Amino acid sequence: MKYKTVIGLEVHVQLASKTKIFCGCRTNFGAEANTQICPVCLGLPGSLPVFNRKVLELSLKAAITLNCTIAETMKFDRKNYFYPDLPKAYQISQFDMPLAVKGYLDIELNGGNKRIEITRVHLEEDAGKLIHTQKESLVDFNRCGTPLIEIVSEPDLNNPEEAYSYLKKLKSILNYLEVSDCNMQEGSLRCDANISLMPQGSNKLGTRAEVKNLNSFKAVKDALTYEVTRQQAELEEGRKIFQETRLWDDTAKKTISMRSKEEAHDYRYFPEPDLPKFLIQTSMINDIKKSLPELGHEKKDRFVKDYSLSEYDADILTSSKAMAEYYERCLKILNEPKEVANWLIGPVLSELKNLNEAFDSIKLDPRELIEMIKLIKENKVNVNTAKEEILPEIIENYKKTADVLKEKDILQVSDEAELSAFIKQVISENEKSINDYQQGKKSAIMYLVGQVMRLSKGKANPKKVKEMLEKKLEN
Amino acid sequence: MELYKLSTVELSEKLKNKEIDSAVLYTRLVERIKSVEGKMNAFARYYEKPCHLIKNKDNYAVNKGLYGLPVAIKDNICIKGKETTCSSKILQGFKAPYDATVISRLKGAGASFIGQTNMDEFAFGSSTETSFYGPTHNPWDLERVPGGSSGGSAAAVAADEAIVALGSDTGGSIRQPAAMCGIVGLKPTYGRVSRYGLIAFASSLDQIGTLSKTVEDAALIMNIISGKDELDSTSCDVEVPDFLEVIKGDIKGLKAGIPKEYFIEGLDDEVKTIVKEAIETLKKLGVEVEEISLPHTKYAVSTYYLIAPAEASSNLARFDGVQYGIRQSASDLADMYKNTRAEGFGQEAIRRIILGTYSLSSGYYEAYYLKALKARAVIANDFKEAFKKVDFILTPTAPTTAFKINEKINDSLQMYLSDIYTIPVNLAGIPAMSVPCGFDSKKLPVGLQIITKAFDEATIFKVAYSYQQNTLWHKEKPKL
Repeated sequence: MKYKTVIGLEVHVQLASKTKIFCGCRTNFGAEANTQICPVCLGLPGSLPVFNRKVLELSLKAAITLNCTIAETMKFDRKNYFYPDLPKAYQISQFDMPLAVKGYLDIELNGGNKRIEITRVHLEEDAGKLIHTQKESLVDFNRCGTPLIEIVSEPDLNNPEEAYSYLKKLKSILNYLEVSDCNMQEGSLRCDANISLMPQGSNKLGTRAEVKNLNSFKAVKDALTYEVTRQQAELEEGRKIFQETRLWDDTAKKTISMRSKEEAHDYRYFPEPDLPKFLIQTSMINDIKKSLPELGHEKKDRFVKDYSLSEYDADILTSSKAMAEYYERCLKILNEPKEVANWLIGPVLSELKNLNEAFDSIKLDPRELIEMIKLIKENKVNVNTAKEEILPEIIENYKKTADVLKEKDILQVSDEAELSAFIKQVISENEKSINDYQQGKKSAIMYLVGQVMRLSKGKANPKKVKEMLEKKLEN
Repeated sequence: MELYKLSTVELSEKLKNKEIDSAVLYTRLVERIKSVEGKMNAFARYYEKPCHLIKNKDNYAVNKGLYGLPVAIKDNICIKGKETTCSSKILQGFKAPYDATVISRLKGAGASFIGQTNMDEFAFGSSTETSFYGPTHNPWDLERVPGGSSGGSAAAVAADEAIVALGSDTGGSIRQPAAMCGIVGLKPTYGRVSRYGLIAFASSLDQIGTLSKTVEDAALIMNIISGKDELDSTSCDVEVPDFLEVIKGDIKGLKAGIPKEYFIEGLDDEVKTIVKEAIETLKKLGVEVEEISLPHTKYAVSTYYLIAPAEASSNLARFDGVQYGIRQSASDLADMYKNTRAEGFGQEAIRRIILGTYSLSSGYYEAYYLKALKARAVIANDFKEAFKKVDFILTPTAPTTAFKINEKINDSLQMYLSDIYTIPVNLAGIPAMSVPCGFDSKKLPVGLQIITKAFDEATIFKVAYSYQQNTLWHKEKPKL
């Protein structure tokens, strides 16, 4: 039998506010354990939450961009469960009056666009982290109270690739909005997937499994692909799919059953009595709408149109907000869209890759990069010298192009008198190649150019050398 | 002179004028505690020396200074660096690392703290018998309870072991013990006083208030602790009058409502007579009295016992042995939770946690918790309607005078009914005060409850002060 795959995603996104959702503690990643804590996020007896307005602003940016209906009044609820990383034994979340509902996100697929409905976007606080040693388990409460939004999609995704595209698009949007840094390794974007199969042509949804512990986009794709195969095999052998939570094991590349529905928690949601209901002012929504930045896909379309770039190049340049903005900063200094794009997509990206750095953290001043490109255009440096001698210095060691030039003595030599001496020597030492050339094997000249380059330690202007050699040998 | 017998207003005046020294007062008070505490057990712990340094000794706003006067604090309000346990075993050893807002405001007004008063465990009770530290005794009859849950605060003030005390009131926990100990107890409007640092019982009902010898004393403390607090989102930004000023206002022509539903079966005959006499006294002072109806009063106790335990079950879930308090070892996490909580909580706490967990459970939520929220709104509306006709409402504070220790401890329902006249006020979020209005034939005190609309404590103060100016009940002291 043929089956249709049905996937819905629940994405938790850490908001990029400097302080926590209900107290003034910092949210820096990687701080020493239990240094970003206070009575409120520790849930100490008697402490009370106070809602951070910056969090409302960030979450509204996301919800508005995801085309959601924003609540006129939202409230917080308590989700009750015991766990050592949850110091109040309840999480402040939103149950029946969330921030926003009924949105959508259009994703790009090979066959065109597809609209994925978004059920709801709600606010909640993060829990702490358990650290297990051989002897004991320790709790780091730093992450307690970090603001999260949970974005729940309808089960509109029909294969792992669509899920992947959805996540990629979502990440790009949140990144451009500066709502979150969306760093999956640091846990600022986390994804749970609900997946089920149903016979082709049926309209009755199958029993779903919830897959957790998906720590990268690739893990999402791999785990869903695994689940499709597993569930299909179960169904084909006449077995039932159980409603359960399954954990993705990224090393073994399979999902493992964690707990079944029967053991599921009763979270006993009820309205959080320590926080009043919040009215969301229309004026606030309007102000945010006015302040929304250009998004990745919008930038990409503009780059193709305004700079005559290929779809491929525009896609890479807009893959992060940092890179797209960097590109346009460069163009302001030197309006050569194609040339600058080539440098960024090629040598600059590969240099960053060698350094294992993302574009967001680039320290290269666009003026230095453009200075280097200008040197090439003015025949003062040749391309290879620039790539090999200048670029690493200005990216890795934050040097100025002019300083590298001085230090390394790599100004291109175009002076005829200086070059004549090299040419004279090469001609006297390469009789065979000269004969070849004069007998019509024109390609032999490149060898001779290479010899001049070698003698000049790469500094000779190859174009000039070639011209001079041709002139000399014609005579 | 027995300094400890004076009122807060009298003593702060003397301290201000340097007629007495705050260190001397403190010492006299400790001596008094030592002489009677063996019979009373009013404190969870008290301090031989003031537990913090008093700064800017004289520099306080008008009508807000305490000039070194010691205040007693209920054992559920956090004082930085001091053990705060809600008189429960589970919080033994927990030292609050921060001050409750009321504590920092009192410190700012020059208060010191004499100690933390005994209470029903987590404020679950009406008799102060459920405390881990054992029961507090009523100074008017040591075989009787002081009421509860702020029974330690009430008994300490009545027995002159404290000049004035803070308590908390979720369903009557300030007013009922104040009535049973013959002192003044005020539960302010929900949102008038910050709850930050009050260890929560039922967050939507809890309110910190005062237990004092006189109405003026309550006004002075309220001047200090009232007002919006950025740390408590449920505290309200409503102007706070100078209560010591408004207290002097005239009550002639004010309208009082007497709810007929409060004078029916269950009300002790003697209490009824005494409260009616108090109403007559107020009539003579120019108050117009009419009978009113609060038709949904009969649902209040059941509504309360769905909402309060539900919130409590969630609020008390954090006492799990992980961060603070006692921990019982076990082979796995679930057993550590079970053993710790079984060991740490008393019977009444366990009863309320189970009750609350049940009413929030999936499948029961709509029938119990949600329905209780609706009933709460209806009860609150009864008061709203009543206050269209009258300025304040007069009722008995409790249906009986103090009962004997162990008399009701095994009969939860009888115990719960002890708060039948105070609970509706918490459900409506409005303020009420209990003032001493007489004694029954056993020489046990009776309290008159004065209720107004939200944020109208001024009217309560006016009425209570006029009544007190014309009666002597508050001057009577128990013989210890």
